[in-house]
Amino acid sequence: MAYKIVASQCTGCGACEFECPNKAISEKGGVFVINPDKCTECKGHFDEAQCTAVCPVDGTCIPA
Amino acid sequence: MNQQVISLDSVARSGKAGGGCSSSGHGSCGSSEGPGDMPIEVWEKIKDHPCYSEEAHHYFARMHVAVAPACNIQCNYCNRKYDCSNESRPGVVSEKLTPEQAARKVIAVASKVPQLSVLGIAGPGDALANPHKTFKTFEMVAKALPHIKLCLSTNGLALPDHVDTIKDFNVDHVTITISAVDPEVGQHIYPWIFYDHKRYTGIEAATILLERQLKGLEMLVQAGILVKVNSVLIPGINDDHMEEVNRVVKSKGAFLHNVMPLISDPAHGTHFGLTGQRGPTPMELQAVQEKLEGGAKLMRHCRQCRADAVGLLGEDLGADFTLDKIEEEPVFDPANREMYVSVVEKDRADRHAAEDAARAKVVLSDGAKPLLVAVATKGGGRINQHFGHAKEFQLFEVDGRQVKFLGVRRADNYCKGGYGEDEALDPIIKALDGVSAVLVARIGDCPKQTLAEAGVTVIDDYAHEYIEASALAWWNRIMSSVNDAVMASA
Repeated sequence: MAYKIVASQCTGCGACEFECPNKAISEKGGVFVINPDKCTECKGHFDEAQCTAVCPVDGTCIPA
Repeated sequence: MNQQVISLDSVARSGKAGGGCSSSGHGSCGSSEGPGDMPIEVWEKIKDHPCYSEEAHHYFARMHVAVAPACNIQCNYCNRKYDCSNESRPGVVSEKLTPEQAARKVIAVASKVPQLSVLGIAGPGDALANPHKTFKTFEMVAKALPHIKLCLSTNGLALPDHVDTIKDFNVDHVTITISAVDPEVGQHIYPWIFYDHKRYTGIEAATILLERQLKGLEMLVQAGILVKVNSVLIPGINDDHMEEVNRVVKSKGAFLHNVMPLISDPAHGTHFGLTGQRGPTPMELQAVQEKLEGGAKLMRHCRQCRADAVGLLGEDLGADFTLDKIEEEPVFDPANREMYVSVVEKDRADRHAAEDAARAKVVLSDGAKPLLVAVATKGGGRINQHFGHAKEFQLFEVDGRQVKFLGVRRADNYCKGGYGEDEALDPIIKALDGVSAVLVARIGDCPKQTLAEAGVTVIDDYAHEYIEASALAWWNRIMSSVNDAVMASA
């Protein structure tokens, strides 16, 4: 299981990149993408997915 | 008199002073925000800072670099999804920069714009939600340009964690945006915050945010760092609450309080814009500012600039300094800057002397009353802007003794591509509500007449002269003609 970022809604702010405990998020062409192989949905780290919690645009960091 | 005037603009461009420029001390300090209003060590810190000193904003420039796109809270007046290079409002930016690119840009601007005194990091997100990028930028700029003052702007949520670093990096000034000091009010402004790995909403979010803001404010004051508090004035939400905000931030040691109008437009895609929350009118803003006089010192010359603005307040040279337009390795020559600073010292003294001379000529009589005057200026403390090119008017209240700066009224250029359009005058007439006269460098006959019909007098008799001295001379002229009329009818 992993999260994904809806590229058309991503503002490219990078807030999610700082917060990801798995270093699964990186910039690609001005927007951010999640590497599904590294994403754990924050299970074992935090109660909620950090990228979703910090993202300024609702519905952008969502379960893949 | 025009021949003797040293144009600060020309010095800025050529790097050469037009006349002798021996540096002398400050002149007298009758005007507001002069050195007489505050402790000398505070004045030394702010005298060249355009955002902190009303006087300095006529001479010195600031720039923002957009290295901090991420944010840790959501505000109902902010949406960072949209960028338009024609827009000027906080949070808006055209080009995001890495710290290395930002440092290069600052050096490029400093080498071309000797007025540059201040580098601020104000987003477009939150400077302290991106601490590595913010402090890396400061580190590189401080090394290359030690004369540049550093400042940052924050919502305060992460502030208590970074006060030591802020001090270590010699950051002179910090701005905290605090629009409410009661979570009941704050919850209508901040829908959520991200704190300690969790998203908080509602009253809980507003409570945590306020605690962190006030703690950060106290810690900064304790560390000897000047703190300005920005508040966004939102009619129906915090307008009645603003006195309380002012009282609290003053008691915690904020040096300046800047009450800014909400900018709200559905096209900006903000929550307030989409739900029809309006911003205050210029008169409403002024009324709130007047109520706060006597509390924490108020700042009235804020232009709510973009997170990548460059230049004197009220102008934006940002488009001239995009990465594709600046050199790979720009070189800063301190001599140009030193020459500019010495010319400014001289000019400031002349400006104060001219004001004192004009004041000495004023005849005060019983019927004297304060009048509002609007000024078109492009810097240097002079009436040097053509009416049709003015993007804003500076507002002063004159009572024969003092010339008090009241704020700025925005107006879109009347003159577009050489043609003045009559419809464009309507919003300007509205923006000049309550003003007795407009002092400009020049105005065409046609708009002058249209404005006169609408009750706005435009005067170009004081072209290129100092603002305060001219305002006093104008006031004296009006009052003596009123007195003459009274005498004649008696």
